[in-house]
Amino acid sequence: MSGDHHHSHDHDHHHDHEHGHSHGHDHHHDNRYSDMQARVKALETVLVQKGLIDPAAIDAIVETYETKIGPRNGARVVAKAWTDEKFAQWLKEDATAAIASLGYTGRQGEHMRAVFNTPETHNLVVCTLCSCYPWSVLGLPPMWYKAPAYRSRAVIDPRGVLEEFGLRLPETKKIRVWDSTAELRYLVIPERPDGTEALSEEELAALVSRDSMIGTAVAGAPR
Amino acid sequence: MNGPHDLGGQMGFGPVAPEKNEPYFHAEWEKRALGITLSCGAFGAWSIDESRHAREKIPPAEYLSASYYEIWTRALEELLERHGFATRAEIDASVKLTEPATPKRILKADMVPAVLAKGGPCDRPVETQPLFRPGDKVRTRNFNPETHTRLPRYARAKTGVVEAVQGSFVFPDENAHGKGENPQWVYTVVFDAGEIWGEGADPMLTVSIDAWESYLEHL
Repeated sequence: MSGDHHHSHDHDHHHDHEHGHSHGHDHHHDNRYSDMQARVKALETVLVQKGLIDPAAIDAIVETYETKIGPRNGARVVAKAWTDEKFAQWLKEDATAAIASLGYTGRQGEHMRAVFNTPETHNLVVCTLCSCYPWSVLGLPPMWYKAPAYRSRAVIDPRGVLEEFGLRLPETKKIRVWDSTAELRYLVIPERPDGTEALSEEELAALVSRDSMIGTAVAGAPR
Repeated sequence: MNGPHDLGGQMGFGPVAPEKNEPYFHAEWEKRALGITLSCGAFGAWSIDESRHAREKIPPAEYLSASYYEIWTRALEELLERHGFATRAEIDASVKLTEPATPKRILKADMVPAVLAKGGPCDRPVETQPLFRPGDKVRTRNFNPETHTRLPRYARAKTGVVEAVQGSFVFPDENAHGKGENPQWVYTVVFDAGEIWGEGADPMLTVSIDAWESYLEHL
């Protein structure tokens, strides 16, 4: 799917639609999307011809989310919360500001809430209605987070979902599922693993996976 | 609307199937789809609420079989046409056929870091005091609008407890349809799983939603 050598064949068979786009809304068996590479290429081509988008801006957006904004951001937040009681308190009271103090702000992280796992309660985050996710600290969401299986089951069978991630919680453990139905974005602060007293903040951050900040995992054990 | 997007509690989608060491993108077109969607968002012609509604209006069979970037792309084509920027006929032909509407802003590469770092805050001041307080027992309203709402079906007509007053935010149910931002207080409301799912529900499970004030009634 990575080349665009076949980009022309998808649009040709739509050329008979001279009467045009009024058809566009009710194409239930529409094959215009059968080749997304071609469709998105056509979309970009038209928008560039119209002077509406800048391909270099697209490159810059992609580069940002491939190299700058990802779960390492969130892991640093968690490691600091583990080592700095005042920071942890700030996270509880004003997560947006506490996280911004580490330089993580912006798109899909405008209104942050940090939710802390405890020995009694495990937190799990989902967006059943779309794919709301804290981009500023976790980057782009994984495919499973946006797909129907997770979005449908996280609220009704979270234990079953967690087992598919290899996480078996005791039946006595409370589970709290946060459905991100508004503009608040949730970051799970996993429990600090035992035996990590001597580790630096950086070493601690390495134990914090993306999934542990969604709630589909716990923080890793030190090696 | 009771669309295909409102997935909480539905069944039959199989296991979650997380992918080990998943890449950020599974194909080159996904990168372009992300960048184009964000670039077009910068036009300032539609709100995040309108774009969410465009996604949930994709017919169910198509929505449920599409990847998320495909959902984004389909909805974007609808928004571009609705707001006069590009028609599907143009995209079908891969060529400009009409003059576009004038966007408020065109995103250039050098603007990207600042735009992403700023985001689009949705909190807005309101003049009223919150109607509910933490600890209040509330019931969610029962409604089935054909228009946009962020109250999921599984959480309608259910009794829960207000856990937090989260501030006041743009009201998506109206903003998605160009009726203005009309901000309201938003509350985190917690439900016991038994209240939502009834018989056989996990007794150790609670589920919360973030609810706009007009979704709630005092019990």
